[in-house]
Order: sequence, then structure tokens, then C-alpha cells
Amino acid sequence: MSEHTVLLDVQHLQTYFPIKGGVVHKTVGHVHAVEDVSFQIREQETFGLVGESGCGKSTTGRTILRLIEPTGGKIFFDGQDLCQLDREAMRQKRRDMQLVFQDPYSSLNPRMTVRRLLEEPLQTHFTLTQKEMNEQVLWIAHAVGLSPEQLERYPHQFSGGQRQRVSIARALITKPRFVVADEPVSALDVSIQAQILNLLFSLQEELKLSYLFISHDLNVVRHISNRIGVMYLGRIMEQGNTESVYRNPLHPYTRALLSAIPKLDPLEEKHRIQLEGDVPSPANPPKGCPFHDRCSKCMEICKQSVPEEKELEPGHRVSCHLYD
Amino acid sequence: MRKLLQTLRELWRDPMGKISIIGILLIILMAIFAPQLSHYGPEKMVGIPKSAPNAQFWFGTDNYGRDIFSRIIYGARVSLQVGIIAVGIGATAGYILGLIAGYFEGWVDRVIMCIMDILFAFPSILLAILISTVLGRGLVPTMVAIGIVNIPVFARTVRASVISAKSLEYVENARSVGVKTWPILIRHISPNVVAPFTVQATLALSSAILTEASMSFLGLGIQPPDPSWGSMLSESRAFMEQAPWMAIFPALFIIVTILLFNILGDSLRDVLDPKLKL
Repeated sequence: MSEHTVLLDVQHLQTYFPIKGGVVHKTVGHVHAVEDVSFQIREQETFGLVGESGCGKSTTGRTILRLIEPTGGKIFFDGQDLCQLDREAMRQKRRDMQLVFQDPYSSLNPRMTVRRLLEEPLQTHFTLTQKEMNEQVLWIAHAVGLSPEQLERYPHQFSGGQRQRVSIARALITKPRFVVADEPVSALDVSIQAQILNLLFSLQEELKLSYLFISHDLNVVRHISNRIGVMYLGRIMEQGNTESVYRNPLHPYTRALLSAIPKLDPLEEKHRIQLEGDVPSPANPPKGCPFHDRCSKCMEICKQSVPEEKELEPGHRVSCHLYD
Repeated sequence: MRKLLQTLRELWRDPMGKISIIGILLIILMAIFAPQLSHYGPEKMVGIPKSAPNAQFWFGTDNYGRDIFSRIIYGARVSLQVGIIAVGIGATAGYILGLIAGYFEGWVDRVIMCIMDILFAFPSILLAILISTVLGRGLVPTMVAIGIVNIPVFARTVRASVISAKSLEYVENARSVGVKTWPILIRHISPNVVAPFTVQATLALSSAILTEASMSFLGLGIQPPDPSWGSMLSESRAFMEQAPWMAIFPALFIIVTILLFNILGDSLRDVLDPKLKL
């Protein structure tokens, strides 16, 4: 995969949400949702972003698509800085970059038929005749496994997995190059999860897609991603090729996270690393390494300074003072 | 269209809704067929002044000898006309302003809502008097004045629904697809505004009728000799002791009409609000 060129280059991305308080609604602080996140996604690659809830995975995905405006940093898509685009240019750019939502129950307009839901992106970005549009709709419906009769139905007439197929079809009908999949299988039954993952896989081949795959499910991410990034409190602690990270986790947080994956063999010895305490508030992140107050290997320096990102193996980077 | 029929059917199932629909239909029919229903023209002096209700003049006659029954029937036209057109003006303007304020937020929202709050701060009758002083007297200025008075309520109702609809996931989905702003507003957000908007319109209709009656009572609205329930009430004041029927019947019609529209608004809210079936 590495011979492919870089499609998305995120540099030092920051997203802060203001906290309003007092009688005059003054900004009294910021929630540091995304703090200095950098990674790259190559063409036809899947980058998995994992972390516990509230760590900023979804915010990162939405900020890259500029559904949330970044506070700082740069997002290069195909060599172009997205933050420089005005509203209209960004709107047109959305043809090439789409989002698949977590919850297929609330992310489809209940008043529109599937056909209308699929036609809307086409009408937005192309000028097509009714016949051409119909061809496109039938093509994508076939690609995601929906039958033509189902096009006239409303979202509430579908099951969760089928709705997620509609969601995916809606995101892919404009033939984008990059898709942010924000926990696309978390709301589904395990048996359906596999179907949807395989669908995402085969569509990636067919349409030459790159994915940013956001999930908290480590098994799912391992299954689908070429490379992964582990997020904690708005920062990427470790990133690298999936196998390299899973076989040889470097960061103490990654180790703790991976040790929590349930094992299939009940007789296998468990080395579960129990973390102490809670995730600190992103409104008031700790000084130094964000993980230091829960880390078993915490040193004096961890409380003082944020560790730099270091590349220990080719492509495998970690932010931890243990490797200074 | 199918949804409209379903809403009406549910309204019909509610006893209070049924009463209000029948009552309002009767008043509307009365206004439409006023020439056929009344025996005399509303401005014709046909009887002995101040005669009590009898077989010939069902509601009696006023101080000029005009038939009160005929005047009330013609007055229904004025009331409904003013109510519907004034609410139409207020609702349309309020809808657009509320949609813009709610969707864009920021300074646009602050400017619009600031103006709305200023309008809202005046008692509606006072504001209507002010506007009709500027625009002049008569039917059209009255409707415009009451319409303007009604804008803030609609703007607020719509804005609140837009803000809550904006955070719906499928609206964000439309944004992420790249749908333009106006299609998002019309296709994805507006349907969520319809229910509270309809309820508000029904309630505003009754208050518009009341405002017209008040203005005419004060001599600012509909000018004599045109019949209007408010102005009839106003004229009756001097003859309250000799001819109480001059006051009783217009007042009765004002009360019943407003009550009917309020009941309709209430049961419409019950039908549309709690389940919001999609």
C-alpha cells in the first residue's frame, strides 16, 4: 500500500469548543476536544482511529470534513489546504469526501424515500437528466445490496443493517475518494456488523476509496484497517501499521487498551492491565503527558512536558517519554 | 396532503376538536353566504330604532334602526378577513425571519431577535394603534397593523423549532453531503416546524380577531357604517341601558368565535405534538 500517494494529510489539527459562562455569556474556557493531531492517509488505505468514548475521535472526523471548524492546524486533501476554501468551494469539495454516520436511525430523513435520499446528493453536485440519475441510483443500490423495489420505501421500513446500507449508498453515490466512517457498525448486531464491514471492504476495492474508520471496537478496527491511530484525550498516542501496533504496542495506554480485548479461549492466561482513575476532563487537561496520572510507568518528566512523537519502527510512531 | 387528511381525521376524533371544527365551519359559511342569510342590508335602516329582539328582527335593531342580525353576519366577513389576512402577513414574515435567525445564528440571529424583542415588548393593541396611526384607518391598514404585531410570536416559535431541528443528525448528514443551505432549510428543517407553526397560527387567528374588535371598539379599525363586531360593541355603549341587545349579540359572537379558535388550537396541539408520527 505504501507506494500509493498521500491523499489526506492532517497536520497539528486542533479543535476547541468554547465554554460559555456567567451572565454575559463570556467564554470562560475551552474543551480541548482535539489537540495537535497529525496523521496521513494514502490512497485506497484505511486508517483506523480508536479510543474510548469522549477522546475526540468523532470530532477529529468531523473537523477534517469541516463540519466543525478547526481551531488550528492544517488539513491537506489531495495537496489542497481545505481550511483555505470558502463555504461554497468547500461545499463543492464534499463530493469527494463523505461521512457515514454511526446511527442509521437518526441520520436519514424519515420523510424521504430511499430514492429521494439517493437522488439528493446527485442533484446537489451534478446536472443529470432523470434517466441518468435513475441509472446512478440503480447502480449504487445494486452495489450496496438493495433491490430496486426497496427504493420506494421509507427509512423506517428497513432494519438497522439495511438502513446502514442506505446510508453508505447515500455517501458513495457521488463517487467520493475519501470517506469518514464514524462508527458505522457500532449500532448494529454482530452478525450484521460483518456484512457491513465486508460491504465497506468490497466498495473500497471497487471505487478506490480511502477510509478514516472511527471505532471503539478494537477487533473491528484490526479487521478493516491498514494503519491505526490510538487516541486519548484529544491526542494520538501511537500510530502505525495495524499489525505492528497490535503485535508490539509501545505506549502504555495502547497496551492497557489491547489487554482489554476479550479472548476467545477461556483457558488462556489473562494479563489484563487495570487502569486506575478516570479520564481527565478535556476542559481541563493535565499538564505534561495527558496519560500521566493513570500510567503505571509514570516518571517525573511525564508530569512536566508533553512527549514528542518519535518514530521507533518505520511508520510506527509513539508519543511517550519511555522512548526518549 | 395525506398527512393533512390524517391530522383532520384525528382532530375529528377529539370531541373538543369536533365542536371547534363544526363551529368554525358554521361561522365561515355564515360569512360566505351573508347576502343570502340576512334579510336586510347591513347599512339599511329598516326598523324602529332600538326595538327589542322579535320575530322580524331576531337580534333587535340598533340606534339607527338597522338590523343587528344582518350586521353581525356581515361583520363575520370582516372578522374572518382581518383574522386570516393579518395572520397570513404575520406568519409569513415571522416564518422567514425565524428560519433565518434559527439557522444562521450569530449576529444575524441577534439583530433579528433584537428587533423582534422590541416589537414583542409593546402591548399588541398599543403597537397596532401606533401602526394604524401611521398607515391610516380602514380595513387594509388594520390588517397590516395586526399582521406586523403578530410577526414576533411566529419568529420566536419558528426559530426555536429550527434550532432544535438543526441538531438532528439527518440535517448534519445533508450538510456533510454538501446540500446547499436553502434546500436544507426547506427539505430537511421546515417539516419539523410545521406542527408548532400550525398551532401558533390557529391561536394567533383568535387574538387577531380580538385585536380587530378592540381597535374597532376604540374607533381605529373598521370605520362606520361598515359593520364590525368591535365597532358595533363600541356604538352600543351609549345605549347600554335602553337597548342591551346591541351589546350582547356582537359580544357573544366575539366570545364564541375566539373560544372556537382557541379550542381548535388546543386540540390541534394535542394531535400534532405528543406523538409527531412520521
